[in-house]
Amino acid sequence: MQEPGFPEAEARLCQGMAFPPPPHLPNDPIERLIALLGRLPGYGRRSARRAVLRMLTEPDRLMLPLADALTMAAEAVVPCAICGNLDSQSPCHICADERRDRHLICVVEGVADLWALERANAHRGTYHVLGGVLSALAGMGPEQLAIQPLVARIEAGGVEEVILALPATVDGAATGHYLSDRLRPMGVRVTGLAQGVPMGGALDVLDEGTLAAAWRARRDI
Amino acid sequence: MTPALRLTALRLTDFRSWAQLDQGFSGRIVVIAGENGAGKTNLLEAISLLTPGRGLRSARPGDPARRTAEARAPAWGVVAGLEGPQGPVQIATGTTPEAPDRRAFRLDGTQVRTQAEVSAHVAAVWLTPQMDALFQENASGRRAFLDRLAWALEPHHAREVAAHDNAMAQRNRLLAEGRRDDRWLAALEDAMARHGVAATATRRSLIARLNALLAAGTLGAFPRARLGMVCAIAAALDAAPALAVEDKLRADLAANRPVDAAAGGARIGAHRADLTLAQADSGIPAEQSSTGERKALLVATVLGHAGLIAADRGFAPLLLLDEVAVHLDAGRRRALFEALAVLPAQSFLTGTDLDVFAPLAGAAEGFCASPGILAPAEGFPPPLAS
Repeated sequence: MQEPGFPEAEARLCQGMAFPPPPHLPNDPIERLIALLGRLPGYGRRSARRAVLRMLTEPDRLMLPLADALTMAAEAVVPCAICGNLDSQSPCHICADERRDRHLICVVEGVADLWALERANAHRGTYHVLGGVLSALAGMGPEQLAIQPLVARIEAGGVEEVILALPATVDGAATGHYLSDRLRPMGVRVTGLAQGVPMGGALDVLDEGTLAAAWRARRDI
Repeated sequence: MTPALRLTALRLTDFRSWAQLDQGFSGRIVVIAGENGAGKTNLLEAISLLTPGRGLRSARPGDPARRTAEARAPAWGVVAGLEGPQGPVQIATGTTPEAPDRRAFRLDGTQVRTQAEVSAHVAAVWLTPQMDALFQENASGRRAFLDRLAWALEPHHAREVAAHDNAMAQRNRLLAEGRRDDRWLAALEDAMARHGVAATATRRSLIARLNALLAAGTLGAFPRARLGMVCAIAAALDAAPALAVEDKLRADLAANRPVDAAAGGARIGAHRADLTLAQADSGIPAEQSSTGERKALLVATVLGHAGLIAADRGFAPLLLLDEVAVHLDAGRRRALFEALAVLPAQSFLTGTDLDVFAPLAGAAEGFCASPGILAPAEGFPPPLAS
């Protein structure tokens, strides 16, 4: 028997995700914890078991603070109503930051990409999280992505450039092409990230596709 | 000229029919004769698996593990000693009982990080009897053959073809579902045009180089082959720059949406290309040639391809010719053996009958294979100078 209330908690955890809650979880608390952790990216059952065992050795120091932090994050973190970033406030701290250049919107596939760009400290504008890329085979169409909110942001005025920071895959390129076709008639400049030689990278170890892309994108120095 | 790449030793463990084999090779031409089921092709397959990819049988990683009536070996291994362009090297490949579905490579005993590291030391091309049917089958088999030839010379070719096919599959899905989202379709057609033209350009340049090499008479008296491609994109590339061809393809795909939706697939594109092969002297195409003439055309193509790899990488690949003499008359066999003797490549030939290889006595090292045993063949001692 599952504890009363647990399925609701499950449903809340899965809210907004593309998959429904799983049919059942083990009843034993340790096994349930391992099963829950094991579903996270980067965790298999084996690493989940190691983490759980480690926590159980010092529940007061490792486990209860974690449980508190999880509860707090689950209750406090919300998607930003403007850009889709995850933050404890909406609008998120980036959208709320007066110093950010609102003429520039950087479009990313997911929040992980937004965080990566923030770490690089290269973008002084705001963001827009699409929540995926177009993929007919994975059932991701324009309606499944946050394209309409992006269009609304541009229609509201003030945006001069949309920077597409999308993955260099067939789906990423198709999404870029789609967005460029959709946004350019609105009078904004649409740009994409360059592809080529990585920092500190030697040419002879680079794959041919990247090298050819870098070659095409050569510039005067 | 001594080949820059030679296989000098081969050790097999639980590989297909071979429980264990430990054999040295010293000939630049190695002949292996034996009855059906003796394990000759398995030997060639083992050598083909020293290169990245799925080998001459397109095997999945776990497939080669030896099977008996009772059980299946938990793992298999191939260890090869090679004299390579960078000196002697040992390449090992196989699976482990812990990971029976993952093929690993070791270079001089050290696990390699990427399979490309192995490619720097060894290359192989092969011809199998299954390939005889190439010109009786549909275009997709011939296109795959052409793409394998191109991929060996231009590693990024595989990615271009995969990207084109991925975009096309998505476009087909949208059209089949009746989703007429013009922007989305245009984005996918853009990918099809860019990757399709890039893949076609590579195929086209491979064919041009191969034809130039074959026309130069590299194969001596062996009948010459001439390759061609039936492909609207390739024809367009003859007349216009690649960017213009991309634009035209984009526009044509957009215009064809209704017909493609009705037909269930794109009527134009890089996926419609077909490879043609003809006798260079008479112009008679492969499909109108006799079985033996067709075989000769394929042999010429594979040997020519080995020549291109040699020109690009600085060493000729190992030539694995399975049952190559079948269908060839005495004159063509002799011309083939003469061509092999002067090519800067080490070749491995199999056949059911040792007599067929009689003209090679003195020039080739011979073995007789029977299940589980590889024994020196009488009359084919290892040549003193290889």
